[in-house]
Amino acid sequence: MTIPLTWYLILSGSLFTIGAVGVLVRRNALVILMSIELMLNAVNLAFVTFSRQHESMDGQIFVFFIMTVAAAEAAVGLAIVVALFKNKSTINVDDINIMKW
Amino acid sequence: MEITIPPFDLKSIAPIILITIAGIVVLMTDVFFKKLPKETLGYLSFLAVLITGLITFSQTGSPVYSFSNTFVVDNFSIFFNYIFLMSTAIVILMSVNYLHQEGVNFGEYYTLILFATMGMMLMAGAADLITVFLGLEIMSISLYVLAGFKRDRLESNESALKYFLLGAFATCFLLYGMALLYGATGTTNIKEIATFITNNHAFSSPMIIMGASLLIIGFGFKMASVPFHKWVPDVYEGAPTSVTAFMSAGPKAAAFAVFLRVFLISLPGLEQKWSVILWVLAALTMTVGNVVAIAQTNIKRMLAYSSIAHAGYVLMAIVTASSLGTASILFYLLVYVFMNLGAFAVIIILGKRGEENLRIDDYNGLGYKHPIMAIVMSIFMFSLAGIPPFAGFMGKFYIFSAAIKSGYIILAIIGVINSVISVYYYLRVTVVMYMKQPTREFAPLSLSPYIILALVITIWGTIHLGIFPSSIIELAQKSVLLQ
Repeated sequence: MTIPLTWYLILSGSLFTIGAVGVLVRRNALVILMSIELMLNAVNLAFVTFSRQHESMDGQIFVFFIMTVAAAEAAVGLAIVVALFKNKSTINVDDINIMKW
Repeated sequence: MEITIPPFDLKSIAPIILITIAGIVVLMTDVFFKKLPKETLGYLSFLAVLITGLITFSQTGSPVYSFSNTFVVDNFSIFFNYIFLMSTAIVILMSVNYLHQEGVNFGEYYTLILFATMGMMLMAGAADLITVFLGLEIMSISLYVLAGFKRDRLESNESALKYFLLGAFATCFLLYGMALLYGATGTTNIKEIATFITNNHAFSSPMIIMGASLLIIGFGFKMASVPFHKWVPDVYEGAPTSVTAFMSAGPKAAAFAVFLRVFLISLPGLEQKWSVILWVLAALTMTVGNVVAIAQTNIKRMLAYSSIAHAGYVLMAIVTASSLGTASILFYLLVYVFMNLGAFAVIIILGKRGEENLRIDDYNGLGYKHPIMAIVMSIFMFSLAGIPPFAGFMGKFYIFSAAIKSGYIILAIIGVINSVISVYYYLRVTVVMYMKQPTREFAPLSLSPYIILALVITIWGTIHLGIFPSSIIELAQKSVLLQ
């Protein structure tokens, strides 16, 4: 049995939504970071599916770039979280609120 | 299996290569010559930016596509490169003093600034969604680090974390939009997307509309348009002042550049749909930015809201989707670099170690103690408010006239009303400088030749472009996108 391409797209859409909800609902900076990674991987899945559908390589090349950039982004993000934790001893985003109007 | 390497044209990306090499050289010099004063690194980066500007100038001419049509050098990208390089050069001049004063004099600062500039130049010349994404991320990741550059200060950490989390979140939407566009058209090339849409009459394909909306979200975040603006004030307030200045000029211009290219070239058929969305965004952005700016007491935060408002004016010109509108955007963004960076240069000069003297009250009575600084600050505030004869007036004039010529009268009226509102909070700075008694001790100014040069450049730009704008306007009109 072959799985139709739409199923992959539905999966990709669901993963993206779960990630987006995770970013908005969770309060731990690390979990938010993980949710963002989930969203990026949902995008990757969509790109690979479309690449298969159109039988073109562009989408897969795009995925390589996204993975590379996601790695760089995670490195910078974790560094920022570490720097913050050194000063404040918390990574709960609700407590990070010294600037407000 | 044979692999044929497609032809590539290194000459077309010479400015990008040069600025990347300069960034690496600065980083390595910092590592291997530890005794070298850090000012040398700033001087080196400044030199690299100047040389890059000359190379960019030599590229003027007909559009050159290279790297399998993923990168293009045309007058549009060259004009934007001028804007980026000008803002980078001014920011480097401002930073030399500031980093020393704040005790964060690390060499990698200049490297990150150069890399961010490289990302912006890649964005301006992007002819493929992959290049758009790469440029955007190179720029953003450098900026995330720069925003948190004062590692031991909580404000800076907080600013970096907020910027990073929201920036990465917005990037995901942008990418999903790109994925949908790719899924609908089968190509990531900006021109081929347009060809596909026109040939197949896919103007109301749900996937394309969905993709375009997600792109608006992603770019809207980078352009700081309402309702994707909530990060701006916090990030601008917490980041080191020189980085705030940098973020308010170049990266925003880069976001507008790439937005113009993607929407004017690849989605022109959908113009009627997206111009309605942008109409609302422009009106909201101007109004929210200007109204909330009135309530601010911190000058960096006020300038953050002011930069949101200015993004609204630029969006108004995007709505027109005409070549006159594009030319006015190019002119306005250049003008904005001068007047906004000038205002930040004055803030840096009057600032004290530990991010002090940033409240508007701290400018009370400045006119009596440091008359020259007060005059300079007033020039920038008048220009930002759009009062003739300064450049900000000409910039707004061209944008409003472009909107009226394209028939967006109501939007132009909203813009003018907003412009009037903005006069209140810009002039408040001038008023406290001249009409209030000093409420604090004024220390002697910490002037260095670098920051004086930055001030001279910005004042010259603000006044010159206000009185003799025609040469730059002509250049901008030659630099609009050819569809």
